Amino acid sequence: MSFLSPTRRGFLKGTASLAGATALPNLSYADSHSPLTVGFIYVGPKDDFGYNQAHAEGAAAVKAMEGVVVVEEENVAETIDVQKSMESMINFDEAKLLFPTSFGYFDPHVLEVAPNHPDVRFQHAAGLWTEGMPTNVGSYFGYIGMGQYLNGITAGHATTTKKIGFVAAKPIPQVLLNINSFLLGARQVDPEITCQVIFTGEWSMAVKEAEATNALADAGCDVITCHVDGPKVVMETAAGRDCFVCGYHANQAPLAPEKYLTGAEWNWAGVYTDMVQTVLDGGTIDNFVRGGLADGFIKMSPLGPAVSDAARAQFEATKAEIMAGGFSAIKGPLKDNAGNVIAAEGEGFAEDDIALESMDYLVEGVIGSTS
Amino acid sequence: METDLGYWIIPLAIIGGAIRVSTPFLFVSLGEALTERSGRINLGLEGTLVFGAMSGYALAYLTGSPWLGVLAAALCGALFGLVHGVICSLPKVNDIAVGIAMMILGMGLAFYFGKPFVQPVAPDLPAIGFGWWSEIPQVRAALEVNVLFLIGAALAVLLWWMLRATRVGLTLRVVGDSTDAARAMGLRPAVIRTCATAVGGAFAGVGGAYLSLYYPGSWNEGISSGQGLMAVALVIFARWNPLACFGAALLFGGAGALGPVLQSVGVSEGYYLFFAAPYVLTLGVLIATSSPTRAMTGAPGELSITK
Repeated sequence: MSFLSPTRRGFLKGTASLAGATALPNLSYADSHSPLTVGFIYVGPKDDFGYNQAHAEGAAAVKAMEGVVVVEEENVAETIDVQKSMESMINFDEAKLLFPTSFGYFDPHVLEVAPNHPDVRFQHAAGLWTEGMPTNVGSYFGYIGMGQYLNGITAGHATTTKKIGFVAAKPIPQVLLNINSFLLGARQVDPEITCQVIFTGEWSMAVKEAEATNALADAGCDVITCHVDGPKVVMETAAGRDCFVCGYHANQAPLAPEKYLTGAEWNWAGVYTDMVQTVLDGGTIDNFVRGGLADGFIKMSPLGPAVSDAARAQFEATKAEIMAGGFSAIKGPLKDNAGNVIAAEGEGFAEDDIALESMDYLVEGVIGSTS
Repeated sequence: METDLGYWIIPLAIIGGAIRVSTPFLFVSLGEALTERSGRINLGLEGTLVFGAMSGYALAYLTGSPWLGVLAAALCGALFGLVHGVICSLPKVNDIAVGIAMMILGMGLAFYFGKPFVQPVAPDLPAIGFGWWSEIPQVRAALEVNVLFLIGAALAVLLWWMLRATRVGLTLRVVGDSTDAARAMGLRPAVIRTCATAVGGAFAGVGGAYLSLYYPGSWNEGISSGQGLMAVALVIFARWNPLACFGAALLFGGAGALGPVLQSVGVSEGYYLFFAAPYVLTLGVLIATSSPTRAMTGAPGELSITK
């Protein structure tokens, strides 16, 4: 498709609709009974047991709604490609609501395309919408760090080596928050626990993820979780090395039924159907939407057979605290792993604190570095 | 449970990584070495590798036997090689251009047919534990050697011997070094090159089956991350010698393990640089062995890139 520049496409669309308008006036989009077309764009395959699958499950729920047509495109890179995909969905499929779901789509791609299409709504996952950005752009995300905190509690009970491991893609704020939350959860069980992190540098790189998992197992980690787009390789490799695993993005229990403790999952179905319903009813979605366990943005996988009764009790108690709202995983006294003070005694960052979305540190006890 | 090995974990991880990661490099580079010795370049092996990974995984899942998967991958790879070979036998066809087309076609077809197999879990190929003598779990894990690795090692020796000491090897070399000489001997270069490309494709297919059926052991669209292309470069690096291909594959596998293991012992600054280690290594060796005065040693005379 690269031979079609957006402007040329715009021209083609203009001439085509002109011809259409003269020949078949009844088929124009202005017809109020025409269904709402919603576009979903994924950075990887939509059945990857991970990030993209979680969004695709949300899209499937939207597909089941009345008066809605869903168009999807997978394996769209975080480059000019996504601009072309969005233009194509808008111009050819007449999409009025777009969900470009990968982090790297936001800046500059969504921000560049949105001003050209004021009648189209762009809903971007994980981005940080701020005042001054186009008003037809919205960003939404969930406090999944809380899920990793709960993962950490089950990990803290399961580990015997007092060392847990994390396979991470890139050192961006969401990933760092997940790593820190995972360790801090485990430290609620035993403050001696440390967490080894290995960055692969890519969202999806199967061989490197397997090597990283093996390196963690070699280093003595006996509970492993991850933040990569498709956790399948990490889960299978870790279970093969006799480590317990905590899931991420979606439920990976079928991949390692005996070793799976629990997992932090997205729950996009409810979120997406709400947003689409708002548009169908003629309303406007807020530009900045966030939610956690209590709002149904995220959920936990059912606890696995290896989770002890003590772990289950602490897991449920903490989950109830988080559900009550205002919970802080990152709270003082806390230093980062370079010795700088993050929070003094009595200070804390609640799950909805916007400061957490620009996290650039790993807390004390995490072995690893952000660069 | 696991013993703390300190910095000893680094050489151990490099050995383990060499054994785990090298097999696809090995099979693709052996296949490419064979093809290039006959005077043709098949750049499409990346696509063959990915298609092999998909077809191997699919067949293993459908039949329950990983070995049938390997067989299917080899057959598909041979078919891809055959297509490349036949097209390149037509007059005035550039093998590099055809190779790039075949690479993209192979990946496209693999993604298309592979869609239903991303979710299911297929049986793995068996491995043999050569670490039974050790009490240390890390050593045991590093010395889990897959059967395909052993087959690949044996094949490297076999091909080396074949090229050196057999009539088939001589025929292949003559065709690769001089089309005119081969014709004068009554050989049919196009047929021989096509056969060599088909066998090379079959090897690459098996390399793909290793990716999806053993390590990392699942099929998805990002399974290869360029191993097929790297392996084609390895052949030049190994000077078209199958034994050197084996060495080069081990080196690349081991170098790939460096990034993760250094992070695991606490050397965590600059991991992007460690991940680039295999590529820096390639550049270094190519520069060190380059010469302005003579042609590359071991290069087949009919190869379009070295002519």
